[in-house]
Amino acid sequence: MKRLAPYLILILATLWTVSSWRPPSYSSDEFDLSSFKRIPVLVGGRIKPMDTVARNSLLIIRGKQTVRRADGGRLPAARWLADLLFDPSKADEHPVFAVANQEVLGMFGWPQADKRYCTYAELKPHIPKIEEEGKLASGTEAVNRTPFQAAIFNLRNSLALYQRIRNSVHQEDTVDFTKEIETYAKAVADGARGLADGGSPLDGERMSLLRTAVARYESQADFAYLLMVAPPAGGGEGDWLSTGAALMRVKSPENMPTPVRALAMMGDAYRADDHATFAKASLDYANWLNFVHPEWAGRTSFELRFNQMEPFYHSMVLYVAAFLLACLSWLFRPRGLRQTAFLLLILAFAVHSFGMLARMYIQGRPPVTNLYSSAIFVGWGAALLGIILERFHRDGIGAATSGMVGFITLIVSHHLGTSGDTLEMMQAVLDSNFWLATHVVVITAGYSAMFLAGFLGIAYVLLGVFTRLLKPARAKRLTDMVYGITCFAILFSFVGTVLGGIWADQSWGRFWGWDPKENGALLIVIWCAMLLHARWAGYIRQRGIMAMAIFGNAITAFSWFGVNMLGVGLHTYGFMDKAFPWLVGFVVVQMLVIVLSRLPLHLWRSPIRINGGNTAVAV
Amino acid sequence: MKMFCRMLDALCSLRLTMVCLAAAFILVFAGTLAQVRFGLYFVQEAYFQSWIVWWQAAGGNFRIPVFPGGHAIGAMLLVNLVAAHIRMFAWTWEKVGTQLTHFGLIVMLAGGLATDMLSVESYMRIREGEARNYSEDKVDMELAVVELGDSEFEQVTAVPGARLAAGGTIDHDSLPFRLAVRGFYPNSRLQMITQQGAAVPAASMGTGQRVAVKSMPRTTKLDERDVMSAVLEIIPRKGAELGTWLVSDSLAAAQQFEVGGRRFTIQLRPMRHYKPYSIKLLEFTHETYPGTQIPKNFSSKVMLDDPGLNENRQVLIYMNHPLRYRGETYYQSGYDRDNSGTVLQVVRNPSWQTPYIACLLVSLGLIYQFTLHLARFVRRNKVSPAP
Repeated sequence: MKRLAPYLILILATLWTVSSWRPPSYSSDEFDLSSFKRIPVLVGGRIKPMDTVARNSLLIIRGKQTVRRADGGRLPAARWLADLLFDPSKADEHPVFAVANQEVLGMFGWPQADKRYCTYAELKPHIPKIEEEGKLASGTEAVNRTPFQAAIFNLRNSLALYQRIRNSVHQEDTVDFTKEIETYAKAVADGARGLADGGSPLDGERMSLLRTAVARYESQADFAYLLMVAPPAGGGEGDWLSTGAALMRVKSPENMPTPVRALAMMGDAYRADDHATFAKASLDYANWLNFVHPEWAGRTSFELRFNQMEPFYHSMVLYVAAFLLACLSWLFRPRGLRQTAFLLLILAFAVHSFGMLARMYIQGRPPVTNLYSSAIFVGWGAALLGIILERFHRDGIGAATSGMVGFITLIVSHHLGTSGDTLEMMQAVLDSNFWLATHVVVITAGYSAMFLAGFLGIAYVLLGVFTRLLKPARAKRLTDMVYGITCFAILFSFVGTVLGGIWADQSWGRFWGWDPKENGALLIVIWCAMLLHARWAGYIRQRGIMAMAIFGNAITAFSWFGVNMLGVGLHTYGFMDKAFPWLVGFVVVQMLVIVLSRLPLHLWRSPIRINGGNTAVAV
Repeated sequence: MKMFCRMLDALCSLRLTMVCLAAAFILVFAGTLAQVRFGLYFVQEAYFQSWIVWWQAAGGNFRIPVFPGGHAIGAMLLVNLVAAHIRMFAWTWEKVGTQLTHFGLIVMLAGGLATDMLSVESYMRIREGEARNYSEDKVDMELAVVELGDSEFEQVTAVPGARLAAGGTIDHDSLPFRLAVRGFYPNSRLQMITQQGAAVPAASMGTGQRVAVKSMPRTTKLDERDVMSAVLEIIPRKGAELGTWLVSDSLAAAQQFEVGGRRFTIQLRPMRHYKPYSIKLLEFTHETYPGTQIPKNFSSKVMLDDPGLNENRQVLIYMNHPLRYRGETYYQSGYDRDNSGTVLQVVRNPSWQTPYIACLLVSLGLIYQFTLHLARFVRRNKVSPAP
């Protein structure tokens, strides 16, 4: 039994992870959104399922992927999007706009600090004021905005996005869309026939009806955020249209595009609270898409599953479990705990890898394309190295460290992912899979190695100072690991940096431009070179190597995030002011551990100074 | 002799390597942070492409050296590497990787120094249908005095912007007048003087009568450049005074005047680098992703015409695919707002290949060395005892 326990736990954990792959089921007294969620639409240059559009838009507006209603109930993102598209007056009552800034609340004349989320209906009277202040704030550069300006600027953008989504299917005051478009299409056809016969096209009433309709569709075509009308079979990505634009091209009721008709039917059923018709209409439309555009429909169905499964959340939990079990294995020393930790680590890594591969499939790109995906990749690389270490050394240190790094990097990526679609399109100069796959991946693998070495250093210091677990043999082993991984880190950082230089040479004509991001990479290379040379020259021994490796954490964090916060240079693709305190905190912690490592050896609880009778030889 | 040996030892020593690396680390870190305040170009010149980093008190005239600059550290590291390479060179299979790595570094440092000294960056701005046979410098300006004549060629007298900055009077034999610098603005903004005009006109003649010039702090942003302006007095060697004239980077048109029956134009413009061939823009394309404003690709279809080498061919320049021709490389860099003009960056860098070679050498060296270590490690740890 004891032998089997680790495998039993592994099986349970696997079941827990895999069960999330199943889509949720809907009861008959609510809207069945399972077909609606996977319908492909074109937003931001990429074809994605409604579910992704819902999640990302809500992230931008509310900062979370669900809505908490005033009555305390939760609303999934897709349901919120359906409200907003088909029944805007209902959506206007959901508190989705995050307004945390006191001065902004004060501007509206609201009591301060008792409110965090407000509804569109509440904000509506203040829109002109928000527009005016937001416009002023947009004239100031992001770095120099005051908190008030930043808040009002974000609110203005959220409102604009909200209004654009609201008018994506039809104008917000539409009642019976199916009838509206039928009447319109007929009027167009009759008018054209009348013209061809040479007579007066339409009577006055129908003419004015046509004119209003065209004006409505025209403004809709200009504003729509979602391009929802898929082209007929054989069409490409450039042929997607908004419903407004599609309606303007309609010649007669017969050539009304299937998507427009389907959306109208879905919307009418939705407003009438007719669950069965809505489910049928959305399923029919999804099936039509499956048939006409199997490639796009396949990808969006997969992306929907990927969204539901949340692989990075699951691997994050598994990493923590692996970390804790590995730590416990030193205290209680049963082999079973260590083995369980190792098995969970492998599962976490497998789920992590799946998530990364899924993103690559959806986007059709190498793994790292922005700051968010770099965080995911750093954790992945560190976990892989940690598993290899654990495989060789079998003492729980590799498992604990990589579990920790995996967990932290996934947390970081989670917080980086709040700015909307993390699978965004690449700007022209970055549109090169070759360089993304070589330079970016290699340099990020260098970060992984740096962090793993640094965290091994931290493990060494903490175990040595606070526990008796750091026996000389283990201390030696840890040092070997850190040395080996630093070699790996310098190789990857150097090659990655030079590849970046070559890319720059290909696209700007200068190999090296002293851009902050380049400098950050160079700092890592120089630091590794210093560590290796100092070790070869004998200037540093175990503790020195560890201290330098830990400082490597701070340098890598600076190079990865810090330089983006400077707000200068070519690599400011992810400016984040909120992360600054966290970065400073991280660096301070590294410094504290380094100080700790300089404690005189007699204050260390572990007996690392006793080394075959000699004192302090290898330390 | 003993002294010499000691010095040689010091030059080869690991200690020197460590000092250089540490100095490089500090310099790069400080230089990165300094960019926030001073901007990339200033820092590049003051920290990385200099021998000494100076500290100058705000408003003070004296300056004190505070740190070795990028060139000094790079050169020292280069000497250290070469010396150690020669001194310790030993041909064993154990060492091949290390030797290769360090040799690659030597190539890279030498190439880097060469690039810093020799490379020139400029821009070529072409409208669709136009041809250009010169590019314009990225930073340096020139004052062009052109004599208008009947012949096909213009007689151009160019004064470097740095000469204007120095002030004083410019006297050149080819010109029947002297130019006295009455005002100089490294960065400035011009404002039209409206009727209510409280502002003072910048000059007594030409466009400067209707424009006020305001001195601005030098820009620190990558996507902006300084607008250089100067006020010049034209003093004919004979005849009547001609008053003061405003020349500025932001005045597009040249201004005309006459001295002794000869007609001249005067203009402050980016320094021109002339080529023995011309490039004509046939078509500029700006693609975006469907349904968005996100740029997908920029490309310029150009006609390269080189009568000297009998070349006349069409070339497509686009992102990550530059044109390399006669030692210069043309990159797609920008475009005019109406999408019918292109901006190409032109780089002359004789040592552009060294990083490629160096990278290959260092990578091979590192991979060889670490594979060797790894193989040994795996062999030793094949059977790892459980703790």
